[in-house]
Amino acid sequence: MKQNPLSFQLNLKPEDFLPATEEEKQSQIIMRESVGFWKDGMRRLVKNKVAMASLVIIIFVMFISFIVPMFYPYNYKEQFKGANHLAPMEYSAEEQARIDAGEKVFPHIFGTDKMGRDYAIRVMMGSRISLIVGLVATAIILVIGSIYGSVAAFFGGWVDLIMMRIVDIIYTIPDILLIVLLSFALKAPLENLKSVPGFSWVGVVGENLISIFIVFALLYWVGMARMVRSQILTLKESEYVTAARALGVKNGKIIRKHLLTNCIGTLIVTTTLQIPSSIFTESFLSFLGMGVAVPLPSLGSLASDALNGINTYPYLLFIPAALISLIILSFNLFGDGLRDAFDPKLKH
Amino acid sequence: MSDYLVDIKNERLSFFTPAGEVKALNDVSIHLKQGEVLGIVGESGSGKSVTAYSLMGLTAHPGKLLGGSLYFNGHQIEQLSEKEMRKIRGNEVSIIFQDPMTSLNPVYTIGNQIMEAILLHTNKTRAQAKERAKELLELVGINEPEKRLKQHPHELSGGMRQRVMIAIALACEPKLLIADEPTTALDVTIQAQILELMVELKNKLGMAIIMITHDLGVVASMCERIAVMYAGRIVEYGTAEDIFYHPKHQYTKGLIRSIPRLDTKDHERLVPIEGTPVDMLNPPKGCPFAPRCEECMKICLRQMPPVTNFGEVHYTQCWLNQKEEFETSSHEKGAADE
Amino acid sequence: MLKYVAKRILLAIVTIWAVGTLTFFLMNMVPGGPFLSEKAISPQATAALEAKYGLDKPLLQRYFTYITDALKGDFGDSLKQRGRTVMSIIKMKFPVSARVGGISVLVALCLGIPLGCIAALKRGKFLDSLISVVSTCGIAVPSFVVCTLLMYTLGVNLKLLPTMGLTSWKHYIMPVIALSFYPTAYIMRLMRSSMLDVLGQDYMRTAKAKGVAGFWILFKHAMRNAILPVVTYVGPMLAYTVTGSFVVEKIFVIPGLGGEFIGAIGGRDYTLIMGTTIFLATLIIIMNVVVDIVYKLVDPRINLK
Repeated sequence: MKQNPLSFQLNLKPEDFLPATEEEKQSQIIMRESVGFWKDGMRRLVKNKVAMASLVIIIFVMFISFIVPMFYPYNYKEQFKGANHLAPMEYSAEEQARIDAGEKVFPHIFGTDKMGRDYAIRVMMGSRISLIVGLVATAIILVIGSIYGSVAAFFGGWVDLIMMRIVDIIYTIPDILLIVLLSFALKAPLENLKSVPGFSWVGVVGENLISIFIVFALLYWVGMARMVRSQILTLKESEYVTAARALGVKNGKIIRKHLLTNCIGTLIVTTTLQIPSSIFTESFLSFLGMGVAVPLPSLGSLASDALNGINTYPYLLFIPAALISLIILSFNLFGDGLRDAFDPKLKH
Repeated sequence: MSDYLVDIKNERLSFFTPAGEVKALNDVSIHLKQGEVLGIVGESGSGKSVTAYSLMGLTAHPGKLLGGSLYFNGHQIEQLSEKEMRKIRGNEVSIIFQDPMTSLNPVYTIGNQIMEAILLHTNKTRAQAKERAKELLELVGINEPEKRLKQHPHELSGGMRQRVMIAIALACEPKLLIADEPTTALDVTIQAQILELMVELKNKLGMAIIMITHDLGVVASMCERIAVMYAGRIVEYGTAEDIFYHPKHQYTKGLIRSIPRLDTKDHERLVPIEGTPVDMLNPPKGCPFAPRCEECMKICLRQMPPVTNFGEVHYTQCWLNQKEEFETSSHEKGAADE
Repeated sequence: MLKYVAKRILLAIVTIWAVGTLTFFLMNMVPGGPFLSEKAISPQATAALEAKYGLDKPLLQRYFTYITDALKGDFGDSLKQRGRTVMSIIKMKFPVSARVGGISVLVALCLGIPLGCIAALKRGKFLDSLISVVSTCGIAVPSFVVCTLLMYTLGVNLKLLPTMGLTSWKHYIMPVIALSFYPTAYIMRLMRSSMLDVLGQDYMRTAKAKGVAGFWILFKHAMRNAILPVVTYVGPMLAYTVTGSFVVEKIFVIPGLGGEFIGAIGGRDYTLIMGTTIFLATLIIIMNVVVDIVYKLVDPRINLK
């Protein structure tokens, strides 16, 4: 090895070789701040531009479908005579006359439909219905699916086997069959329920909406149940749960502290991704004419109604179709962002 | 032409992560002759694996070679194309990885995976390759090779799989074998067997070995030369005797003090090295080990120490060794002035 | 292996029986019947019709009659389409749906797998972003939107393709695009994420260290491991797709099984509902068994028990 001449050029002073104090040593250690799982995940989520943009869109869509209709000058049921099939921003003869008389008339931004109803408010109400269905159905799926899945995973053995066979059977029956049959079957009991005192809210929400929720509750929890079951089965076998058990930690605390906290990230992500899929299914059902009842619109039924006039009034189809795609897309992208941010496996 | 089989000079390599540049290697120089065994020791993240991988052209994605020259067996590695590099990999230099459980492809048979390397680098027919694979399995001490060839990795134990990995590595009789913590994931008894096997194979086949480990015991038993790495630098380099009996760097000394010994008296305790490794994203200005060093001086925190040589091979990078030199030289200077 | 197959077949029979039973009782619980909507028919005629098809008998008796007949392979006559057996209707309509569906699945596989791989390999690059955007949009657009958009642009406005029926190869293009849209996007996403997972595995590094060329690393070492999630998805997807999508068949006026099924549900054609449901359930179960066997062939670690 060659001699290093550096030491003579450095102009070293004897005091350089004095021992360093503890403070001086500590000042050199630049520790990265340690952040917890949630904070770390949130930071990654906020940094994710696509996910944040999706969130903004979701909030915006919620705003126009829940807040705006409250002070919108038109009503989704209101029919205007002579205002059938107005093009966007067009006025009916009567409205034109009023404008000429100096009155102010709010424009039909998206025109009107074949019954002369303002299309913009119908689209807003439609997306309100779609969002309500998406959120409520997902909540139902989450509750039923996670309870079913965790019961199957906890008990194991025969209970698990039978419970999972039932899941298989529900999975195998064509869902469209069950949906149609159930919605027919539920119609009469719900009609009756409406007149029972204390259940008048059924009429307000609408029997069809309720039967859609029941259909979701009965059918679509199977995916969630499978996911929760496999998660808990893996976690149950994991070393840290064994370790906690060996340390004598009580069952309740193990579930709270280890199983739930480790499950919750995946659960949140699956739930977020379930919302668009519920909206998807509702729009599909409405498109088939099995969704919400007239005159209540949903994005699917609006698109379905517009199909007949596609050659003359294509915008009646494109507006709800584009909105539904946008809603599903934003929820999907936001869900992807959540997964990227909170999935511990993808951390690095 | 170099006298050495491997001659890495002043290698600098960085990983450009989203969080910033991580200087994984800073002026790393390593050389090794035909048939020698070099041990690279250091804690995780010290750059020992990165050094070896870069020699095979296997630097992982955000990593980039920034300077230095890497010579191996007549090739200038940093100038080779990916295609030329492929001809060398698995042929002239091969590697054994740390975790035999995950290093073999689960969907192919053992035979298929050994034969793959043979068929790639030689002109042997499938039948000949199969014969060779059988020989290799026997060589690494696996019985019933005929049967094993048809088995899948999940049917073998961890020790067996590591033997298979060695067989794959030796398939084309490489000049250099890189062993990246080959025994870390194995049981202690299996560890000894694998090390023994490697020494035996080295004597039989005469290849050079670079042994990457954080276990000084492994190094002591088989390496002729040892490089101690800390935070992407070689802080001390020397023969096994130099390192174990005349350690010059405080980190090396700490490592040796922390080895459990059979002759330890009851009242003596193992001495751990206090503190945690440096954050490679924000490396300190001076010696990276300084904040953990018991003998830390003011200069250590300000400036990277120069190299101090002790004899032919042995060198270190530590201000403490410069201190003596500085004192003698300033003393001489003072004497000359008078 | 033999024991496994026997067990699977037994389980399949139980599942089909359960599906059939559930459908039978649910169907009969629902108010209304096959002949109620036909107002032109007098009550006497309705009664006569019900007697002819045995609908006047108690439910349980009808159930057992149906089960015994079904075991003999007799799924009865259609209640609404006079003079045709359920089997003959399925035989006539299924091939139509199966052709469109089969081509669609093929298209989805041929596009989805390579594009997903490319996205994984070019991770973070422009091509990856492009493919990810396309696939995310693909799973966000409902099939009826795809159908109507295609119809409006290619069919009505540009008049490039025929909009209804299924008589020439041109008729296949739009239904196939509409049907393969979602699966293609889904397979792309699936393939991308599983490929990324496999590319990070240690054995990929081993293959590289052996000097295997880039293409072969992918083709031999990565593909076989990465394809497994796609196999799981494609099995049931194939069963659903070949039995016909109602939306696509409705919009493009294709005489397939999907439309027939919805029609049967609406008209309470009990025998046809039962027949089609059992047919679909059987197909799904067969596909699941096929998936399991393919899994075993691809991944030797899987132990069929």
